[in-house]
Amino acid sequence: MNLEALLVTAAGLFGIGVYGALSQQSFVMIMMGVELMINAAILAGVALWAESAAGAPEGQMLVIVAMTVMAVEMAVGFALVVAVFRVRKADITEKLRRLRG
Amino acid sequence: MITDVLSWGLAALSLWSAWRVFRTDSMMRAAYLLLASFAAVGALLVLLSAEFLGLVLVLMMAGEMTIMVVFMVMFMMNPAGLNPMTMVHQHRAAVAAGIVSFAGLALVGVAGDFPDRPAADEVTTTSALGFELLGDSMLIFQSAGVTLLATMIGAVALTSRGGRFGDAHAGSDAPALAPEATASPAPATDAVEEGAHAAHEHDRHGAEGEAG
Repeated sequence: MNLEALLVTAAGLFGIGVYGALSQQSFVMIMMGVELMINAAILAGVALWAESAAGAPEGQMLVIVAMTVMAVEMAVGFALVVAVFRVRKADITEKLRRLRG
Repeated sequence: MITDVLSWGLAALSLWSAWRVFRTDSMMRAAYLLLASFAAVGALLVLLSAEFLGLVLVLMMAGEMTIMVVFMVMFMMNPAGLNPMTMVHQHRAAVAAGIVSFAGLALVGVAGDFPDRPAADEVTTTSALGFELLGDSMLIFQSAGVTLLATMIGAVALTSRGGRFGDAHAGSDAPALAPEATASPAPATDAVEEGAHAAHEHDRHGAEGEAG
């Protein structure tokens, strides 16, 4: 598989992630969309590292940073979902019309 | 040759399962389809000779998606997908945004002029990454570790029920509408006043029921 095909695959994953994050109502499904976008970023990063950067280890370092972002997003997202659900009994975005409690 | 066929199949699998995530009725299947998409990308990374990153991705996502399934079963009203269900808003705008971002990024990928310097096959990428992690990039590595620690503390602080200053949701409760509604219910002498008290009491309980 050449670099272009890999980058188009990553673009497809990113587009599906954008669609999911914008269209879904459930908080957890929105987080799935964000995860897909970071997944696409990881794939594109590794594709460029392997095909275009001659395997320099700094490229893998960048992907590790993206993975850290993904773990942070997931942990904070779940914590926020639990906190919001405990106070407002809301599990979809339509139930959160006010920022203040 | 076989690697080529395998990577095309994995790319198609990752795209198909990512699409099915938002099309299936069952929330549990959605989480496992997302895991399948991540596993396909992880296998692609392994084929691209980033073995360490691919396996770490699969390992991380397996744990994460298992937690996500538990969350789905806890929070969603239809976790098994027994009823058909679409929970979307602004659907057309979302489809348009997805297509536009795909087209833009794919255009960059196809039309961009990237240097053709593939990684040499004999390079042991994993050991090079190890030396990079504990050598030149150690500060980045340590910062990522501290960030994860701060995330853990923040997640525990967000989800803990009580804290030093009372309940975790104390600041989000709706305040009572009248000051006497918060005082202890005094024995009412007037019928009209009693009616007013009762209304206030009702308001307060309603607000609490909504918030708590």
